[in-house]
Amino acid sequence: MASPPTSEPVIELRGVEKHYQMGDTLVKALQGVDLKIFPGDYISILGPSGCGKSTMLNILGCLDQPSVGQYLLDGLDVSKLSDDDLSQVRGKKLGFIFQSYNLIQQLTVVENIEVPLYYQGVSEKESREIAVELATRVGLGKRLDHRPTELSGGQQQRVAIARALSNNPSVILADEATGNLDSKSGGDILEIFDRLNAEGKTLILITHDEAMSQRTSRTIRLKDGEIASDRRREEKVP
Amino acid sequence: MIQHSLLREFSLFRLKRSVLLGIKSLWMHKLRSLLTAMGIVFGVCSVIAMLAIGEGASHEAQQQIKELGSQNVILRSVKATDATTAGEQERSLILEYGLTYRDIAQIQATVPGVLVTIPAREVKDFIWNESRSIDSSTLGTVPWFPEMRNRSVVRGRFFTEIEMNTRAPVCILSKSLARHLFPLSEPIGDTVRIQSSYFRVIGVIADDPATASAESEDKNGRADPNQGAGMEMLIPISTLEDHFGEVLFKYRSGSFEAEKVELHEVTVRIDEPESVMPASQAIRHLLERNHKKVDYEMIVPLDLLRRAERTKQIFNIVLGSIAAISLLVGGIGIMNIMLATVTERTREIGIRRALGAKKKDIVVQFLIETVMLSGAGGVIGVALGLAIPLVITHFAEMVTIIEFWAPALAFSISVITGVLFGIYPAFRAAGMNPVEALRHE
Ligand SMILES: Nc1ncnc2c1ncn2[C@@H]1O[C@H](COP(=O)(O)OP(=O)(O)OP(=O)(O)O)[C@@H](O)[C@H]1O
Ligand SMILES: [Mg+2]
Repeated sequence: MASPPTSEPVIELRGVEKHYQMGDTLVKALQGVDLKIFPGDYISILGPSGCGKSTMLNILGCLDQPSVGQYLLDGLDVSKLSDDDLSQVRGKKLGFIFQSYNLIQQLTVVENIEVPLYYQGVSEKESREIAVELATRVGLGKRLDHRPTELSGGQQQRVAIARALSNNPSVILADEATGNLDSKSGGDILEIFDRLNAEGKTLILITHDEAMSQRTSRTIRLKDGEIASDRRREEKVP
Repeated sequence: MIQHSLLREFSLFRLKRSVLLGIKSLWMHKLRSLLTAMGIVFGVCSVIAMLAIGEGASHEAQQQIKELGSQNVILRSVKATDATTAGEQERSLILEYGLTYRDIAQIQATVPGVLVTIPAREVKDFIWNESRSIDSSTLGTVPWFPEMRNRSVVRGRFFTEIEMNTRAPVCILSKSLARHLFPLSEPIGDTVRIQSSYFRVIGVIADDPATASAESEDKNGRADPNQGAGMEMLIPISTLEDHFGEVLFKYRSGSFEAEKVELHEVTVRIDEPESVMPASQAIRHLLERNHKKVDYEMIVPLDLLRRAERTKQIFNIVLGSIAAISLLVGGIGIMNIMLATVTERTREIGIRRALGAKKKDIVVQFLIETVMLSGAGGVIGVALGLAIPLVITHFAEMVTIIEFWAPALAFSISVITGVLFGIYPAFRAAGMNPVEALRHE
């Protein structure tokens, strides 16, 4: 996107660290992370295994809280929120996409897409309309009442994307979203991501895949829990 | 604030969807859910069935006692079982024992609250109608006997005071006796014979509930096999004295027995239910003073009734314990399965937490599932528990009574069991760390 620094950041990390106590040693999974993410950013986070990508995503996704530092989401300091308020923030402002799809097995496609809306207290009728619309948008309009076990991996991941979009989140977080997929289905998923970003969505993708970073407008490289580089590709075609 | 969030949490809309969700999750493992609910099914069903049977049995017992008259005290002459009596008896050859007119007079005069007394003498001998006969009991009594003993005259009439005073040779047959002696013809107006005395039948009376209940004993061969159950003839007491005298001779198992008994039975009617116990106490003291040996027995139906009620209470306590244990076992079964389910669905819990579910949403979800399991078990249990007594009544001809509150109680207990045993698994599910739950395989 053209000039992100002019607007207010949607996410701001200030001196964030995450420590794990492993017996006698203190593992610093993240240290001194300062980061600003602006609305409309399309970010890939890269780095070798164990560098702290998932840890960072958990913190960004309000699933975990930093040991040190501040995390501002839409200007709200979420590093000190209660468990209930964190749930509320996740349900309202964030969308998750996981490597292993993480659909609920006993629910159908539409019902899976409706889950975040259910916890936001959206009425049955309204959430059904939203879910059907999103399912159609990810190309599953004819599979509304299928169960996850009756779908291919790519289809399941598309359901997961629809689910992540259902509450109209400020930021979408994806951890190795294409990791379990063949290149064709993975490509389909990435195309959906491109389209979402083009529509103005903020996306943060975690990946091993260097090729994936070519599609995004901003690439953050992590090394040993620190940000090694943070590059914006100005030349990216909108 | 809290009220608002509670309202939101338990709004009908969320409840309905949570229930639907619970059904889906339980339906995923149909057999497991069914087996888990079984514990509750059997608990609930046995509670209702046992209550119905117990209630029926105690109702029947209480009914019989009530028919004896709860305001009555019944005294009966019995042969004293004392060893010394045997020696005296051999010397005198005539066995003299039992209640006397003197006892009655004193009871009437000294015991407070006595309304009337009903004396009765009994002769046990064959009663004949032409060639048909049966060994039966003939009771000499007073005109107010049926009213005081709750025995209804089903056909004809009872004898009157005039007939008693004139020592008229009239008789009333018990239903069983009438049926036995007059299987085909109308007994009223006909005559029956005992030894050489003839009596005109003027009425038929309902069988004595006390002897009717002894019927089963007869079938087991414990009572005198020659004596027909419920076979009884009633005549005026004066008539009986006229015809059979003071000493009764009986031919029994090859030898004669002679007995002198003034009164075989006395029913004392007390005016108020509250005075029955003190009056019976007074009568007991009076009889203890008058009789050296215990040649009488005392039946206080009210006392029996109270004892029957106490027995029923004990039965209910035992039943309650069995019910509690079986529901405890059922509850533990449910808890066990729910804990396994929570572990199995760790990933789902993580997903839901990531998608905005609060801890209490997870608690509610698992609690609803547990309650539905136990509630479904409760419903099936109630249905079975209502059916079993019907089957028992139909095939075993036992009275069973289902109190309206029994199924309601059993069902609510099953639901409460679900809540109690569901709380721990539900909180365990909610307490999971979302990150770790998501990583769970
Ligand atoms: N719950 C935990 N307890 C202790 N240490 C942890 C925990 N979670 C992560 N770590 C450590 O933190 C570091 C970063 O882990 P993280 O999972 O973020 O790596 P990653 O970049 O996602 O790796 P990968 O690409 O393999 O998924 C690792 O050294 C890991 O061992
Ligand atoms: Mg990782």
